[in-house]
Amino acid sequence: MNARTLLLTATAEPCAPVPRRHLDGAQWAAFAAALAQDPSLELRAMWADPLSVYAVFLVPEDGTVMFASVPVELGLYQGLSPARPSAVLYERMIHDLWGHTAANGLDGRPFLDHGNWTATPPLATRPLPNLTAPEPKEFLPAEGEGLHRIPVGPVHAGTIEPGHFRFTAQGEIVVRLEVRLGYAHKGTLGLMLGKSPRVAARFAARLSGDSTVGHAIAFARAAEAAARVLPPARAEALRCVFAEIERIANHLGDIGAITNDAAFALMQARFVWHREQLLRATETAFGHRLMMDAVVPGGVSVDLAAGGEAAITQVLDTLAAEWDTLLATYDNSASLADRMVTTGTLSHALAASFAPGGFIGRASGQEADLRRVPGYGHYRDIDVQMLVLTAGDVDARVRIRMAEVVESARLLRHVLPRLPEGALIERLDAISGEGLGWAEGFRGDIWHWVRVEGGQITAAFMADPSWRQWPLLEVAVEGNIVADFPLCNKSFNCSYSGVDL
Amino acid sequence: MAWRTMWRALRDGPATEPAPAADPLLAESLAARLHAAAQRRLGRGLAIRQVDSGSCNGCELEINMLGSIVYDLERLGLRFVASPRHADVLLVTGPVTRNMQDALLRTWVATPDPKFVVAVGDCAIDGGVFKGSSAIIGGIDAAVPVDAFVRGCPPTPSAILEVLCTLIEANTPPPERQRRM
Repeated sequence: MNARTLLLTATAEPCAPVPRRHLDGAQWAAFAAALAQDPSLELRAMWADPLSVYAVFLVPEDGTVMFASVPVELGLYQGLSPARPSAVLYERMIHDLWGHTAANGLDGRPFLDHGNWTATPPLATRPLPNLTAPEPKEFLPAEGEGLHRIPVGPVHAGTIEPGHFRFTAQGEIVVRLEVRLGYAHKGTLGLMLGKSPRVAARFAARLSGDSTVGHAIAFARAAEAAARVLPPARAEALRCVFAEIERIANHLGDIGAITNDAAFALMQARFVWHREQLLRATETAFGHRLMMDAVVPGGVSVDLAAGGEAAITQVLDTLAAEWDTLLATYDNSASLADRMVTTGTLSHALAASFAPGGFIGRASGQEADLRRVPGYGHYRDIDVQMLVLTAGDVDARVRIRMAEVVESARLLRHVLPRLPEGALIERLDAISGEGLGWAEGFRGDIWHWVRVEGGQITAAFMADPSWRQWPLLEVAVEGNIVADFPLCNKSFNCSYSGVDL
Repeated sequence: MAWRTMWRALRDGPATEPAPAADPLLAESLAARLHAAAQRRLGRGLAIRQVDSGSCNGCELEINMLGSIVYDLERLGLRFVASPRHADVLLVTGPVTRNMQDALLRTWVATPDPKFVVAVGDCAIDGGVFKGSSAIIGGIDAAVPVDAFVRGCPPTPSAILEVLCTLIEANTPPPERQRRM
């Protein structure tokens, strides 16, 4: 039996909009074995609660979302990392937060837990006091002549989030990079328990500040699915507007930062100037530069202010007027091309097995975009165009991002004048249920899951695409010079806080 | 092409906007702290080291905007430096997570005296929405002494710039002393 059939034969637990297939240990082991033979099921997220381990799969061909779970027995479950290497980080995180061990996992080292927490595992039913002193972190070995190690972080040279990079280099060539995260672990999941979805939305909006809209939408959709409520049409359209503004703003800032890392200050100056104008227009339109807390379960909390549409359209016009000049500057600067092209290449095979989503996937031949397949909310009514490239280098990722800026601007011009009239928010009753929500943030696919009992959250998870993107950065940087790491890193721009939870 | 952009910049003038005024009350109290400690003045130029002690990266987005041509930090004598050993100011964001507590403290120790610590964002004040989590120890002042706070989730670039301008103001020698020099 193939993996898909195995899932469909298991018991369906009530979860909206897709049922959760609850497999027993033997079924799960058979499923994990079948998964190794069947590449069509892409692992998109994995997490746990005190009793079970959960996994979300996407079949990109037809947009089927499959949701599976397995009970944990005596602290053990069958890991998925032998079949899906992208499961390694999820399994390490599950071990750190809930204490469940992947019996055959490929990597048993801690990830988020640095030995500093007062009680571990923090999300277990009964965490035990942590009495041992933190141990030195263990890194993967690299062997050979003339190798040296460069430890970087958690406090970096630039204004970025905390994380530790351990480079092993031969001369100036990177032989191995290992990323150790967890420094920004704030215990967000624990704080959400016992709260109503409306209150917990503040945490979803602060999992990763640059994707505040993306995560808030995915969380709201999960909570709405659990409560069997649909947001009003105007709210859905406004969410689409928020998400596309967020996408443009992040791409503008990142393209600027990438060119700046190649010491090309002119482009950064212009791109970041446009970003600032867009953030100001957003404040005029929606009252907050980053639109934090604008999306809430049931709908949206702000309406388009008077003059908001004109402000946003004006920024898009100014950007469009300069766009060809910026693009020509990028295309015709040999010094820039020299740094961008063939740097930080991510192969198709790796991209296919990790399914990183977002612009990283689309720069390496992966088409997945949740706005198109399976689609959600207002995107079901509009047509999203996108570019797929195959080069997989920094240049390809920049070009995908540039194409997304143009496309998102087009979507904004299409949606803004056609906002449906009506209410902004639908009431969420304090009922019980389980829901899965997804959204395409600027980085890629975001998955949220909540279980609500009597209006209170009893279990939740928020999955940023960075979980599957960080390991790919580690590989993409191999063979490049250390000085090109900032370029590679910024072209991926994975979230630290998004995986630190 | 690049020439067209440069020509437009010449024609339209700089995109940089005037800096906000310093907060006189805060400037006075910070200057008083420097006097009381009888410390050498830092001078008008301030080197800033940004430390993220566990933020959601929202504050970093806005701090990064300070370097853009709209705010152009460097014209005010403010610049971001790569090492705490070169810094006069630590610009710290986020609640202090247990996993960052040690790194923040070490960064603070590595920064030479006299130094200022500015806590940026609601989380940096008291933990913000993450208050009460067992994975954090609280706001920035739970780990290191703080001289100034910037409210907001995240604070706007102008709000952060205002506090930085105030730091410069606090460092400026009073007029009588300026004459003697």
